[in-house]
Amino acid sequence: MAGILIIAEHRQGQFRPVTLEAVAAAEKLQASSGESIAVAVIAPQPAVFVPWVSVSAVDEVVTVTTPNAEFDPDVTGTAVKALIAARKPSVVLMPHSVDSFGVAPAIAAELGVGFATDVFDLRYDGGELVATRAAYKEKVFVEIDFPGKETVLLTIRSNAFKPAGGTGQPAVTEISVPGIEPRTEHLGWQEPPASGGIDIPGAEFIMSVGRGVGDEANIEQFVELAEALGATLGCSRPIADNGWLPKARQVGQSGKLAANCKLYIAMGISGAVQHQWGMKHVENIIAVNKDADASIFTVAKYGVVGDMFEIAEELKAQAGGN
Amino acid sequence: MKILVPVKRTASLDDEFEMRDDGRDVDADFCEYDINEFDEFSVEEAIKIKEAAGEGTVEVVVMTVGPEDADEVLRKCLAKGADRGIRVWDDALEGSDQMAIARIIAKVVEREQPELVLTGAQSSDHGFAQTGIALAGILGWPHGAVVSFLEYTPGAPSLAFRRELEGGLEQKASIPMPAVLTIQLGINRPRYASLRGIRQANSKPVDELSHTDLGLTDDQVGEAGSLSRIRRMYVPERGRSEMIQGTPAQQASRILQIIKDVRG
Repeated sequence: MAGILIIAEHRQGQFRPVTLEAVAAAEKLQASSGESIAVAVIAPQPAVFVPWVSVSAVDEVVTVTTPNAEFDPDVTGTAVKALIAARKPSVVLMPHSVDSFGVAPAIAAELGVGFATDVFDLRYDGGELVATRAAYKEKVFVEIDFPGKETVLLTIRSNAFKPAGGTGQPAVTEISVPGIEPRTEHLGWQEPPASGGIDIPGAEFIMSVGRGVGDEANIEQFVELAEALGATLGCSRPIADNGWLPKARQVGQSGKLAANCKLYIAMGISGAVQHQWGMKHVENIIAVNKDADASIFTVAKYGVVGDMFEIAEELKAQAGGN
Repeated sequence: MKILVPVKRTASLDDEFEMRDDGRDVDADFCEYDINEFDEFSVEEAIKIKEAAGEGTVEVVVMTVGPEDADEVLRKCLAKGADRGIRVWDDALEGSDQMAIARIIAKVVEREQPELVLTGAQSSDHGFAQTGIALAGILGWPHGAVVSFLEYTPGAPSLAFRRELEGGLEQKASIPMPAVLTIQLGINRPRYASLRGIRQANSKPVDELSHTDLGLTDDQVGEAGSLSRIRRMYVPERGRSEMIQGTPAQQASRILQIIKDVRG
């Protein structure tokens, strides 16, 4: 047993708290394996991030100094491969983030380590690591194992584990990794388009429309319905991608978090995990969907299996009188 | 120049479905198949680069790893404007995970020598988000994941792109060629095939290859060549919504009551 290694994430000089969710996943494994937990900070000035990862579960922080500040898969990849070679961890955890998408599969392919992505639960079964993820639009769960692999790399779904907390005093070890050569030229950032007064994060009552709306011409009646109900109109990704509603209305991982929402109505949204990320915490969710097996019904408090247009018309007619 | 676009035939489940006897996947009788939604965007991006360049300067080759039924997705891409297809399959490939698939694609890259490979950022059935970047790792090529904007002139030594990050922030970056990019939904508006395109697709060539044709050994594919193994697939017991019954009018009335209760 050679420990659990977590790769910390940062962007634009800011620590990314999803790292602490990976630490929490490590804690769960540690409870049965007893292995030590180390967090790797790979950055131009790694010391800046050490306090952020010094939570009570962490035994050691290893730092690798890199030439460039922003994500370059070759820089991160070279560092992680060197750390795996030096430490021979049994498990390496990374957040299931866009940056991990860009580097984790290349690391796994090059080292031949066991590999699974978007994992939301993990455990040992008789000494064998078993990772759980979902498939087919969240309708089924899948258990994955890694026969014969001494090291397994996993990316951890966000919001699956509560971030690790407490204050620790981990040992800090500097590791020098030779041969780090950036290959991606960072040219800058593009901020998401201005919201134009649309406030999904601040809204207490949101009604969102998804793919079930079918056609751009059908959007208008939901704009009107949202107004009649006093709801802020939101949408799922395909609606924003099609340009039917502005990106500022998109709820989900690449859009907005419905941070202050108390009541969320999902119309014709099947409930992809990326959309759920933005809304599943809302206390009162009402889902209207024609597919009785849609995964939205696993997060909604109330469900209607039916035609979103029929329900919308009835809502409009009945609300109109109030 | 040549652009290789690996595509996947993905499954979606019927309303009612049953597991396979070995419990490791859903019984194929309960699946409907179509091209991976993300791949619609990578194919479109490749065809756009081809159309923007001079006639006959860019060739778009689509490929898939899968049994004969998967030809259908290749034909769909050919109908939209890809030039030819490659389908790799034989019985030894059964049980291949994403890494084994990436290894097969890498061999096709060696054979075809494209300058650019565009894959979907992930698949709409399993959502592993592994194959494209694993391919880049095997090839040792520069790569970018979850690309939401791409600017490339055939023959240029580098390409500029944007990666879509959490919260809609994008990173602008440039990498040298040859390169592998994984394409995000929404980067373009995928076209529908024209009737003429559909007719032409039938006369475009689709090569069929086995793993041995590509110089791969049995232990490099299938379960032996994989980094993970599906042990079990199951329908989880989960909390479920309280279902509102009745006519649409009754259901709407209940929804309005809930709104009133919550909103006060």
